[in-house]
Amino acid sequence: MSLLQLVRRRHAGPRPVRRSSGEGWFALLLLLPAALIVFGVVLYPVARTLVVSLYDVTSSMPGNYPFVGLDNYTRVFADSGFYSALGHTMYFTLLSTSLELVLGIAVALLLNTPLRARWLWRSIVVLPWALPTIVNGSMWRWIYNGQYGALNGLLDTLGISDSSTQWLGSPFLALNMVIAADVWKNTSIVVFFILAGLQTIPHELYEAARIDGAGRWQTFWQITLRLLAPAIAVVLILRTIEAFKVFDIVYVMTGGGPASGTQTVAFYTYLQAFSNQVFGYGAALAYLIVLAVFVLAMGYLKLLRQGQMAGVE
Amino acid sequence: MRPSKAFLVGIHLAAVLMAVVVLAPFAWLLISSISPPRELLAADPHWWPDAPTLERYRAIFASSDGSGTDVAANFRQAMVNSFVVATLTTLISLVVGVLGGYAFARLRFRMRRTTLFAFLAVYMLPPIALVIPLYLGLAALGLLDTKTGLVVTYCSIVTPFCLWTMSNYYLSLPPDLEDAARVDGCSRVGALVRVILPLSRPGVLTTGMFGFLLAWDEFLFSLIFTSTTNAKTIPVAIAEFTGKYSSDFGLIAAGGVLATLPPLVLALVFQRYIAGGLTSGAVKG
Repeated sequence: MSLLQLVRRRHAGPRPVRRSSGEGWFALLLLLPAALIVFGVVLYPVARTLVVSLYDVTSSMPGNYPFVGLDNYTRVFADSGFYSALGHTMYFTLLSTSLELVLGIAVALLLNTPLRARWLWRSIVVLPWALPTIVNGSMWRWIYNGQYGALNGLLDTLGISDSSTQWLGSPFLALNMVIAADVWKNTSIVVFFILAGLQTIPHELYEAARIDGAGRWQTFWQITLRLLAPAIAVVLILRTIEAFKVFDIVYVMTGGGPASGTQTVAFYTYLQAFSNQVFGYGAALAYLIVLAVFVLAMGYLKLLRQGQMAGVE
Repeated sequence: MRPSKAFLVGIHLAAVLMAVVVLAPFAWLLISSISPPRELLAADPHWWPDAPTLERYRAIFASSDGSGTDVAANFRQAMVNSFVVATLTTLISLVVGVLGGYAFARLRFRMRRTTLFAFLAVYMLPPIALVIPLYLGLAALGLLDTKTGLVVTYCSIVTPFCLWTMSNYYLSLPPDLEDAARVDGCSRVGALVRVILPLSRPGVLTTGMFGFLLAWDEFLFSLIFTSTTNAKTIPVAIAEFTGKYSSDFGLIAAGGVLATLPPLVLALVFQRYIAGGLTSGAVKG
């Protein structure tokens, strides 16, 4: 939800704070518990994973493993399994994020119209977001089931098709169906971000546009979308990063199959480390994901700061 | 300009369509959970069971604690584990987040931005990058398959989130109030406790809700770190049985419905904060 606040900060604006001598110490005191809790747990694993990625570690037991330098990393780029997982991740990220954005904007615009019982529609939109990811995946897996699934049942009942399609049975179809399940759940949060952005647009702008004779479509492109840009940028950050890390829904819906067709980078890394026990290689993969996520995050932060709405000034 | 009648009808039709798309899968989850297995596996879909049964819910709540082989009892135990872990995680992260967030929002100190970025970086770190050494570390400390181990791990993810949201919330409060309190002789701590915290209730509650949901939803760490009902959380229990008994969906559905209830109730209760409370500042500013 920080994102909503990000958007709002554009209006609140950073204010100068007086410097006093004790502030540094006070800040240290306030931040120390958080720093201990977070870095106390995380620092060692982060360093350890880096070290492991430089060795040819092939079991979870401690032992003497040969130092291989950057070999694990170069191996990644010669690994066809990695490239196909990367392709799935890119496809997943692009398709799910753009669908969520388009649908999210549409639903947010709808919720911003003079609907009766607006609270009811809003409550309905919030539901998929509250559904735990694993339950979501499990539920859709059941809906997609070829023999007993509700999707085939529905198509049959409506007279559209009576074939028993195995929705998760072929690689590309399965990937798309997993994306559909992800979009169904995560559009929800996008709606709320966009809705918050919409409510910051002053009503007078629309009045002015109307007086100037702008049409509905023109108003949408010139005013609504343009002023929503910060909110959209923020949604893109979070959803892209999340999509890049996607693991849970793949684990529960397809287990990466069929024929590795739904393996994402995070899932592929998990398999290398925990099924194949090549921890060194897995660690190198993990670090490449970290790198990718950070590059994305930095790029977006820069984008945000250009829009003068970053969380830190 | 009053919207035309056609427009009003149109948006309500669109809203109904949206509601159907959102609610239908939920309805099917609920219906599956009360359909007897025979009807779940019927050739024609039974959209409403001829003989609805609450047997699965009864089994989850009433079955005796088994040796880990009773699926229903496992679900109950996993729910309890999830509840304990998520609650403790939220409380700890919220306390340190409420304190630290204030430092980021109101205090000037060296490396402020770097520190904030360091916390945010941890939040963005893919769990897969930490899970192997954390596993070995928890094993060395004897914390594998314990709720403590999970709480320690989860706090390191939820805390940066709480810091960030609380910091942003404080920034939305007018600093004049605090300045006034300080002019009146309040210390920094006094101003924080007496003026800022009472004003921050919506922020604290919303942050707490998000923290709880993050912890409740976490999967990978729990999957790797837990192995028995001692600490296994509900997402792991559900994922496990989804893989094992993929055709007996009824029980998984019942577990899924129960697992959805706590976050659902939270989301609905705090919904006005999500949509209304968090945006009101923008209007004021």
